[in-house]
Amino acid sequence: MTISFITELPVLSILIFLPAIAVLFVPFLPSNHAVRWFTFSILMIDFLIATLLLVSFDNSTAQMQFVESRSWVPSLGISYKLGIDGVSVLFLFLTALLGWICVLASWNAIAKRLKEFMACLLAIQSLMLGVFCALDLFLFYVFWEAMLVPMYLIIGIWGGNNRIYAAFKFFLYTLAGSLLFLVGILVLYFEGGRTFDILALMDISYELNLQKWVFVSFLIAFAVKVPMVPMHTWLPDAHVQAPTAGSIILAGVLLKMGAYGFIRFSLPILPDASHYFAELMQILSAVAIVYGGLLALAQKDIKKLIAYSSISHMGFITLGLFTFTSNGITGAVLQMFNHGITTGALFLFIGLVYERTHSRDIPAYGGMIKAMPLYGIFLSIFLLASMAVPGTNGFVGEILVLSGTFGVNNWAASAGVLGALIAAAYLLGLYRQMLLGPIRIPGAAKVWDLNKRELCCALPLLIFVFWFGLYPKPFLNILRPTLTNLLEQTLGAGL
Amino acid sequence: MNGLPVESTTIDLAAVAQSVLATGPEIIIIIGACAALMLSLVPHQRQNQLLSALCVLMIILAATMSYFLGDYPQTAYADMFVIDDFSTYFKMILYLGTALTVLMSGQYLIKEAVVQGEYYALLLFALVGTMIMVSATDLLLIYIGLELQALSIYVLTGFLKANTRSNEASLKYIIVGAFSSAIMLYGMSLFYGLTGTTNLNEMKTALLTLEMSDPMLILATLFMLVGLLFKVGAVPFHMWVPDIYEGAPSPITAFMSVAPKAAAFAVIIRIFMQDLALLQPIWVLNMAGIAVLTMALGSFVALVQKNIKRMLAYSSIAHAGFLMLGLVAGSKEGISSMMLYLLIYTFMTLGIFAIIILLNKGVLLSEPIEDFSGLAKNHAGLAFMSLLFLFSLAGIPPTGGFFAKFYVLTALVDQGYIVLAVIAVLLSAVAAWFYIRIIMLMYMEPATGSAKIHITLPILTVLLIATAGTLMAGLFPSWFLEFAAGSLR
Repeated sequence: MTISFITELPVLSILIFLPAIAVLFVPFLPSNHAVRWFTFSILMIDFLIATLLLVSFDNSTAQMQFVESRSWVPSLGISYKLGIDGVSVLFLFLTALLGWICVLASWNAIAKRLKEFMACLLAIQSLMLGVFCALDLFLFYVFWEAMLVPMYLIIGIWGGNNRIYAAFKFFLYTLAGSLLFLVGILVLYFEGGRTFDILALMDISYELNLQKWVFVSFLIAFAVKVPMVPMHTWLPDAHVQAPTAGSIILAGVLLKMGAYGFIRFSLPILPDASHYFAELMQILSAVAIVYGGLLALAQKDIKKLIAYSSISHMGFITLGLFTFTSNGITGAVLQMFNHGITTGALFLFIGLVYERTHSRDIPAYGGMIKAMPLYGIFLSIFLLASMAVPGTNGFVGEILVLSGTFGVNNWAASAGVLGALIAAAYLLGLYRQMLLGPIRIPGAAKVWDLNKRELCCALPLLIFVFWFGLYPKPFLNILRPTLTNLLEQTLGAGL
Repeated sequence: MNGLPVESTTIDLAAVAQSVLATGPEIIIIIGACAALMLSLVPHQRQNQLLSALCVLMIILAATMSYFLGDYPQTAYADMFVIDDFSTYFKMILYLGTALTVLMSGQYLIKEAVVQGEYYALLLFALVGTMIMVSATDLLLIYIGLELQALSIYVLTGFLKANTRSNEASLKYIIVGAFSSAIMLYGMSLFYGLTGTTNLNEMKTALLTLEMSDPMLILATLFMLVGLLFKVGAVPFHMWVPDIYEGAPSPITAFMSVAPKAAAFAVIIRIFMQDLALLQPIWVLNMAGIAVLTMALGSFVALVQKNIKRMLAYSSIAHAGFLMLGLVAGSKEGISSMMLYLLIYTFMTLGIFAIIILLNKGVLLSEPIEDFSGLAKNHAGLAFMSLLFLFSLAGIPPTGGFFAKFYVLTALVDQGYIVLAVIAVLLSAVAAWFYIRIIMLMYMEPATGSAKIHITLPILTVLLIATAGTLMAGLFPSWFLEFAAGSLR
């Protein structure tokens, strides 16, 4: 289905800059209530635009669509170039979806300096959408790096007790990673005949030695973002300290950017180096899956548990990508989307209960399914999805990744299976301790079941859990041409 | 100057007139300085405002004249002085820096209770000195400009008479300044001995006959370079920077970190990259080492500073190191990246100093970093501007500071100095730490002191110009880039 008017408008620019422009109005809004509704409606409009893009996306081609190109710094060959393919359109949609959910999740949770908080949410939304649309490396880098600023503020101002340490660590880790990425970009730029155009860079075949160095510089940036073991230590701190909306954005979108970087740059631009490092990446991924899972098993703090489970789940994604099989890569991309939905939902639900009880201590809870039945049901479904039970979204992604890995690297695949088992152990453990047994509520706080606003956040996520679990075909159709093309690019070169 | 006796008998009036015209902007500023001195003798209630208005007016006049003169390159005073796009570009930076300094001085002088006309006159004299530095093509004239600038700043540094730190800073600056000038002069005299001229153009041809491995030439080059590196605060000639930055009145610190530095870099570029580019093999490796050391020391030592001005002193050392990378790259792109960097640096540095002046609690108090605590709570706008300047200093997009660093790195990678680029980016990650720390104080800590912040129109103008410059350079870098690159022949 194509809708003609949207191809004529600079729709990606509108999508990206709508929230950024909205930031300018936030300081002048009269009341906190107005700020909430304003932010919500802006992000809702953004979501509708993203939906429109998804619906009118032409899934018969691997070409970039909705391309916009303007010169920006002509003397350096930098242009303002945007465009989306099957992978980016999916993540635009995910980002836009989580955007308004974050506003709803912070409706009452953010008590102080609401205006600044909503401004940060709008700004980060803009920048994240920009990352997924950018087709110019310089532009990409600007979005990628600028994103740190609002996220730093979100963690550092509205976070938990140890928020300042966590914010610092988050900022410096990611900054150090991305600065080397910048040098890598410059090397590609000069070796590729002074262009930052990502599509043009994909057509250049660099010599292997150069590819290796650039790959490493990219790897550090992406591995910090994903995060891959051993660059993961910022994540638990950041997640635990961040406010709910911050955690949702971190888990839902920011972590995906590392994997997106592999898909957009490492695999197509540096195919030979990707093959060269494939085994290392598979091993690192397998380690992340098992090690993250084992760490999660030992946690007593709900947020920490989910944070470590993220590391484990992100391991599946990098594992799938570096198998260079159709199943592996497709599974990885689906897993990226699913992890955004499921883990986003889990952080949302931790936030909801934390708002009521102000405790994240797992042993302090018990029988919550009796105290808050609706909440209990939703949470159990999301836990099951995170566990990759058949019928939920998690299953589709993980099974594809594993089927892609068997035959390529059996050890890594076995580690993946083991990781899935460990995931079942810690998630079911969480389920048992928190939801079952006699009712225990930390601090004897008053709890109430989900209200309408909270249901509005939870329902769309639930829908996607089952939609992906039972009928992923429409999404697979969108992805297929892009991923086939990606696979050709990575396999076609060199080997 | 061989035919001196013959030529001096007939004075070419047209050439003199042309020379005078070419130095019109300098003359305007000197007239302004004298007028400021005289005006300061007339007691008047609004003397402070009148003086700063006069200074800004004169600077605008001079800038306009420079703008129209800059259209065509011309030499003056028997080839000692030149007006070209390069010098005009730097003069624009100097005008900008000085005008903003004047605008932010008024409030500070009232707060510190040292309102005096000499302040403005000296500031203008310092400006003339730096202007002469960027236009001079003769070692002697360069030296005169340098000394004029330095002498004015010595006095300005000690302007807070009742403040021992200010006095101490002034004295230290005089001693160190004299020392570095002496080294430089020695280098210049060696050059004169080797080439028989002080004129850069003639020296350029004379150099062709010299061996590059001549130890005397190496010594001369290094001495002259060391003298200039003193002025920009490069390691190991940086010791004076923190003490003097801390002790000087804040607007003068702001001025020092912009104008003399830009002028010194202009001189370095003119001497070592353009006229005497032949000398490059002698210094390029040293320069790379010095640049790395400067960045490293500046970044690491800034981490532990408790006084905001000291911290910015080390930050300015780190920035000087980054700038020197442009010299190492040596290409045309390297030079224009330095020029762009200096312009953007002017915006962000003066912006953050304007904030420091606003936060100043009054007579005889130092400026601890904690002054920034909780700024976001009571003054959201100011806090946001500081956030912008600090992220720009740290080099985070989409601010101008990012593009400035990016462009230097581009020039560096282009010349194949990839390892240097990697070191530079890692050190700027270290440097990011202390800028972020101030942002943390502003946004994440409760307010401590209750500094009464009173924003006047001039300082608001400074803030708005600095904000606009910092943001525009990040969002639309090509305007600034064309301006800088276009100023290179």
